[in-house]
Amino acid sequence: MDFSYNDEQQMLRDSVSKFVHQDYDFDSRRKIVDSETGYSKEHWALFAELGWLMVPFSEDDGGLGGSAVDLMLVMEEFGKGMVVEPFLNTAVIGGGLIADAGSDVQKQDLLPSVMEGQLQLAFAFTEAQSRYNLADVDTRAELQGEHYVINGKKAVVLNGESADKLIVSVRTAGAQRDRDGISLLLLDADTAGISRQAYATIDGQRAAEVSFDNVKVSAEQLLGAAGQALPSIEKIIDRATLAVCAEAVGSMEVVYKKTVEYTQTRKQFGVSLASFQALQHRMVDMFIEYEQARSILMMAAMQLDAGEGLAPKAISAAKSRVGKAARKVGQEAVQLHGGIGVTDELDIGHYFKRLTSVQYLYGSTDFHTQRFASL
Amino acid sequence: MNIDFSAEELAFQDEVRQFLSTKLPADISEGTLKGLHLGKEAHVRWQQILHAQGWAGVNWPVEHGGTGWTPTQKYIWSTECANAGAPDVVPFGLKMVAPVIYSYGNEEQKKRFLPDILASNVWWCQGYSEPNAGSDLASLRTTAVRDGDDYLVNGTKTWTTLGQYADWIFCLVRTGDSNTKNQEAITFLLIDMNDPAITVSPIYMLDGLREVNEIHFDNVRVPAANRIGEEGKGWTYAKVLLTHERTGIARVAASKQKLAALKVLAQSTSNGGEALLDNPAFAQKLAEVEIELLALEYTDLRALSAVSTGKAPGPESSILKITGTEVGQAIDEMYVEVAGYYSMPFVKEQFMVGFEGDPVGPEEAANSAPHYFNNRKASIYGGSNEIQKNIISKAVLGL
Ligand SMILES: Cc1cc2nc3c(=O)[nH]c(=O)nc-3n(C[C@H](O)[C@H](O)[C@H](O)COP(=O)(O)OP(=O)(O)OC[C@H]3O[C@@H](n4cnc5c(N)ncnc54)[C@H](O)[C@@H]3O)c2cc1C
Repeated sequence: MDFSYNDEQQMLRDSVSKFVHQDYDFDSRRKIVDSETGYSKEHWALFAELGWLMVPFSEDDGGLGGSAVDLMLVMEEFGKGMVVEPFLNTAVIGGGLIADAGSDVQKQDLLPSVMEGQLQLAFAFTEAQSRYNLADVDTRAELQGEHYVINGKKAVVLNGESADKLIVSVRTAGAQRDRDGISLLLLDADTAGISRQAYATIDGQRAAEVSFDNVKVSAEQLLGAAGQALPSIEKIIDRATLAVCAEAVGSMEVVYKKTVEYTQTRKQFGVSLASFQALQHRMVDMFIEYEQARSILMMAAMQLDAGEGLAPKAISAAKSRVGKAARKVGQEAVQLHGGIGVTDELDIGHYFKRLTSVQYLYGSTDFHTQRFASL
Repeated sequence: MNIDFSAEELAFQDEVRQFLSTKLPADISEGTLKGLHLGKEAHVRWQQILHAQGWAGVNWPVEHGGTGWTPTQKYIWSTECANAGAPDVVPFGLKMVAPVIYSYGNEEQKKRFLPDILASNVWWCQGYSEPNAGSDLASLRTTAVRDGDDYLVNGTKTWTTLGQYADWIFCLVRTGDSNTKNQEAITFLLIDMNDPAITVSPIYMLDGLREVNEIHFDNVRVPAANRIGEEGKGWTYAKVLLTHERTGIARVAASKQKLAALKVLAQSTSNGGEALLDNPAFAQKLAEVEIELLALEYTDLRALSAVSTGKAPGPESSILKITGTEVGQAIDEMYVEVAGYYSMPFVKEQFMVGFEGDPVGPEEAANSAPHYFNNRKASIYGGSNEIQKNIISKAVLGL
């Protein structure tokens, strides 16, 4: 048994941590969030230069090994600064799908530019009716000769605005919720017939509604075998789920510590808020939530790396428990800060927002609790 | 024991329904039921309709133009308003400063201020809290120093809700010298906001909107004639008010309306082919909130019945504040849950009344998360829920 990081992991973690501390204070983040693109291209280039974009990929694919523990420690540090650069969408999910389902040619074509920071990706998979069911796909692609013709609409496509290429889950056979008959198509985001309605999200990210109106794409742009994409999708969304759990744990660490610090400095009734035992116990509860979340996160990361088929259950356990903790820690941090906690001015409210959206991303707390029970 | 309305009360209920169905403007009820932001004009328009009906001063005594309704009538009124989508009146004038003026002001002040408040001609805001005086309000530091017939006011008020619209602000300020005991140094002043020595700066909330403000007073000259009652008695006036104006604090009617609408929404929300309402985890959570609300409704009715028999509401009303806000916040959170991925888009225009663009996602989802974030305020303001517990533990349990 060994819960420590090896030297390389320690170095990776230190480098991400240093970046967040030096270049990602709350005001800098706000400027990035408010900027036209919603992320910093300079930071993105730096991520590539420092090799972080290689973290999710195996050595065979030119990456750093793709371990879940590495992914976890990067995301945790990102969570501390609420980093909005589309690492998750481009490298973990988009790149992950190409690495998992793509042909050798597709991988050689695309993965180097992902790792070099030259290509932005988005995965268009949710639909208005699908909620968290990855098999609920009503966007259809019909094979006509050498081409697929796509019609349908994808909802809340994260990084959909900046993406150069989209990976879209489509139904090429079967009924709306069949596990079989789902395919992945890769296409340029500006292909004729695609329209994107872009917007900001509640947690400082960017997304788009993406409609496909008779969009024609060569059958060569299939990722993996036609109709057989669901296992790849599930695998990569599980990875993404681990990543947001790690991000949330990073955010929770900052949030509970900041709350402790704030109540020690804020005085009412002539004493610090922290001197009230009613509040001390509340902060102890936040701390326990954080520790429990961290434990289950590590369990899931190790299960994912062990690759013994237990991963989906472990991921759902982590998402369920981390979601519960994120809810409690976020709400309590705001409450204990009083009025300043519900303002846009202070970072606490922004952590609270992100700690809210991660509860629903890739399946809500209830969804994962039920999935855990069913596996 | 029974909870039936009398024949007169039922007739009153009919009258209220009739009024709301004919006089409540459709744009206002629609916006309110959808949880959209109404803006100043809509609030004033509605309050002036109430005034024309003679129903603006729900809690006011008849002699000043109030309705003189019984507690049960007020209860019927708030229930019907919530169901019809009538917005709450902006409380600062009608519910907060007016009672202080008609209870403790002189004749001159009553004549000068009350008619315009009743008619919603003047927008008021509340200047109690300060950056360093939140839960510990009595430690406030904005000073008022006597200078001839005036006071010179200096200091900073904060969290002033909708102060950007205000014509007047009612303030608690510090008078007397440094030896005066905290509570005895507090005076209640009415201040005209139209004064260059007052600056109002916005504070934006988690939903990105300007709801509160910070207000600076830099040697603001206030006629002593604007002081309510005696110098040093402001704390007493403010406190008496706080324990009296508790009708509706549990917000039962509003929560019931929102919960009913939530059920309809969850019924039409697909969850893997089934209605979300049929999902066991969701159904359980919803039932728990509904049961809590039912208990709260009866706690509220018990308090109401005590008031009807002439007892002043006691510190038990803190239960109504705590549980009422908790239930309200739980319902807000379930709207986020129903919205799922569509809780994420943050399209501000979409949660303002009058949006005509191409909407992102279902209409009800648009404001779900921003409203949930914003309404975390409910357990913080109006005496935070922790402070309410302190009150119960001291005044009820004797701890
Ligand atoms: C949206 C909004 C609108 C508002 N509108 C107005 C307005 O129009 N006019 C106005 O005057 N004020 C207004 N307020 C101010 C409001 O009344 C204060 O925010 C409130 O009194 C809490 O004060 P604070 O924010 O300074 O928090 P603090 O007093 O600093 O409290 C921080 C935390 O410590 C807890 N705490 C404090 N003391 C104790 C204790 N003794 N025991 C246990 N816990 C304790 C609190 O419950 C809270 O959780 C508004 C506030 C908000 C958020």
